[in-house]
Amino acid sequence: MPILKERERKEVQKHFEALTNPVKLVMFTQKIECEYCEETRMMVEELAALSDKVTAEIYNFIIDEEMAEKYAVDKIPAIAILGVHPQGPSPKEKDYGIRYYGFPAGYEFSAFIEDIKSVSSGQSGLSEETKAALAQIDEPVHIQVFTTPT
Amino acid sequence: MIRADAIEAIEFPHLAIKYQVQGVPRTVINETYFVDGAVPEPMMVEEVLKALGKESLKP
Repeated sequence: MPILKERERKEVQKHFEALTNPVKLVMFTQKIECEYCEETRMMVEELAALSDKVTAEIYNFIIDEEMAEKYAVDKIPAIAILGVHPQGPSPKEKDYGIRYYGFPAGYEFSAFIEDIKSVSSGQSGLSEETKAALAQIDEPVHIQVFTTPT
Repeated sequence: MIRADAIEAIEFPHLAIKYQVQGVPRTVINETYFVDGAVPEPMMVEEVLKALGKESLKP
């Protein structure tokens, strides 16, 4: 049984029609899957099927541990939203540092789709003042936002 | 570089306990600085700068 309802699929497809640059969803899961790993993986695959601008790469958290290290993923299910630049220099992908841990449900799902759109356009949607303030940060910042499915 | 994680508190209860998440959203900046609730963009920026001890950089 698919994860996305027909109505959701149609709505997401509409959002995806506006995508410009390609995006890839790099997902980490486990063979003996954790509680929401299977649903998350199915959702990622269903989203990738809705647009040829969206691709999914599914990795095993244990077996593909160098990939997990590469994307700084330390728990699963995990989804990294990356920009793809086929014409650009290697590694032909842009990591904006966006990670989703857990199955993105409810409001998180909308945020997830919006993030795919932002990564595709390369535009954060932040104000100029915000960008100016953030540009002055010269050290690593790790932000973790905890939510619950609503 | 700024890394941002969206974390489902129910699926990672050990983290919800570690960061004492009661109401959501709870934003944790660099492990020890907390912002509770959905705050407007300029305020979140201020909180990030405060977490880094850099409020004076506000333009």
